[in-house]
Amino acid sequence: MYLQLGWRNIWRNPRRTTVIVTAVVIGVWSMIFLGALMRGVADQMVRNGIATLTGHIQIHQMGYRSDPVIENSIEAPETAEHALTGLLPPNARWTARVRVNGVVSNARHSDGITFVGIDPAREAEVSFVKPAIVEGRYLAEKDEYGIVIGQALAEKFETQIGRKLVVMSQDTNEEIASRAFRIVGIFRAEMEAIETQFVFVTLPAAQQMLSLHQGISEISILLPSREQGDRVAESLRKAMPAELEVHTWQQLLPMVTAVLTMYDSFIFLWFLVVFVAMAFGIVNTTLMAVFERVREFGLLKALGMEPRAIVLEVLTESFFILAIGMMLGNGLGFLTTHILFRKGIDLSALSAGLEFVGMARVIFPIVLSKDIITANLVVFLLGLLVSLYPAIRAARFTPVEAMAHT
Amino acid sequence: MNIVECTNVTKIYEQGRVKVTALDDLSLSIERGSFVALAGPSGSGKTTLLNIVGGLDVPDSGQVVVDGNALQDMTPSQLANLRLHKVGFVFQSYNLIPVLSAVENVEFVMLLQGVPPRERRERAMAILDDVGLENTYHRRPAELSGGQQQRVAVARAIVSGPSIVLADEPTANLDSKTGHGLLEMMKEMNERKEVTFIFSTHDRMVMDYARRLIQIRDGRIFNDQLKPA
Repeated sequence: MYLQLGWRNIWRNPRRTTVIVTAVVIGVWSMIFLGALMRGVADQMVRNGIATLTGHIQIHQMGYRSDPVIENSIEAPETAEHALTGLLPPNARWTARVRVNGVVSNARHSDGITFVGIDPAREAEVSFVKPAIVEGRYLAEKDEYGIVIGQALAEKFETQIGRKLVVMSQDTNEEIASRAFRIVGIFRAEMEAIETQFVFVTLPAAQQMLSLHQGISEISILLPSREQGDRVAESLRKAMPAELEVHTWQQLLPMVTAVLTMYDSFIFLWFLVVFVAMAFGIVNTTLMAVFERVREFGLLKALGMEPRAIVLEVLTESFFILAIGMMLGNGLGFLTTHILFRKGIDLSALSAGLEFVGMARVIFPIVLSKDIITANLVVFLLGLLVSLYPAIRAARFTPVEAMAHT
Repeated sequence: MNIVECTNVTKIYEQGRVKVTALDDLSLSIERGSFVALAGPSGSGKTTLLNIVGGLDVPDSGQVVVDGNALQDMTPSQLANLRLHKVGFVFQSYNLIPVLSAVENVEFVMLLQGVPPRERRERAMAILDDVGLENTYHRRPAELSGGQQQRVAVARAIVSGPSIVLADEPTANLDSKTGHGLLEMMKEMNERKEVTFIFSTHDRMVMDYARRLIQIRDGRIFNDQLKPA
């Protein structure tokens, strides 16, 4: 009968109950939805970072990371490449690249870029380049003079497919090397900065231009799951020659890693802030309900109801309000994230600002079970906790004072 | 045998700087099965006495023994237990829990006592039949008249098998015909089930029904009259 009493009591004032349930619904919904959005933003940042040539793991010559010059290239990559075969998990992919700083120019413009020589077939399985082609074609294995550039760079240089660009950089002899390439493809990336920064040619073309012979700047590895990164990197470190370094994406993208850690804290703080706002409503509503029923609590005590039973009865009312609010809030949260999951949220209008913080233009919410559990536990447990105050007030009314209350 | 023994009971209330003596060294004994009215003007102490006998309030001095239990030695939890098992209450108003039906209100005390659900329902319905409310089991208090509500309150007060029923101005909000009907029912309960009834009242009709009339003034008994059978 306690459940019955609690359930009926919350509907004595349907309007008030509806208001507070709505507050709980909105609170829970915002926790889930905005939590999913923040997770989506964080995940997109990681995906973009990994797809933008980083991969899950990279192997470099010692010193390359602090000074990415051609002198710090891996001169004999065969040892490293052989070691990969036995150590990578099934469905892992890898590719070798030359990556140096350079200058690209045409008749009208010139600009600093990162000059990247790729193995087209392997690169297509590891990074964003091939799927990002929006005009022309991707590089072919035998492309000696083909170059793929970003759309923003093409617009900046007022150039198009079929036109020439000249790339200059320093070769292994410390001489200025240059070559003319013909634009065969234009790519579009999540961030405009990527489009203006990177230009791609075939690995042999880059090696030839820079007198690298078989040398490469890096090996980039894409694993089936990014959670495998640490374990695989550790086993690679043991197998690689001493002059090579192995780094995970967390080490290669420290800002993204820091942001991810911050997001966990942001999300929890957001939950607490939302709950505090909700808590005032819960406490206020429950106190109103208690003070409206002073005489009734006096009657209950006069009949022999123990104070702890009165506390339990008031908490039961809060339980129902929280349960209804949580059910509806969770439902609304799942529905909105499900709807948005397909199309994502287009933030193109804010693209300049988003690029600054490394965010993509389209965000896809991600619902994590730990966020759902945390949000619901926060609301439920803290909701009952804040309801203790009005419940204890109700239990403290003496029958004589309460029955005399008007 | 006495079901209530009050010895030198004093109760003083503080209202700001003023101290009000509600009961002044009052002594009283009430036999089991009595039908007693405590009468007196407002502020005479009759409700205070009722509250103390029912364990709702604690005297400042003196002794109160109800059905063999010395109330001054009991903790609040023990007093609550006493009220649950030994004492039934009928108040002037606001007797019933608004969200429970008549039968659920009557069941409520038995629920607190731990009586199994089926037995609770059977006893509740039987007592409601006894008080003439056989067609109102599932009506909520708002759907009952004042007299019907008081009858449900009496049914609830009696159903748990208390030793004593304390009724504080039970007819105050009722018309004379309804009040008369309520008193007849309570008198019949007293005679048939030998439940002790103690009323606090201004109502002449209640005083006339009582077999013993105790008149209280300024916290003291000034007249104690047992009517011939």
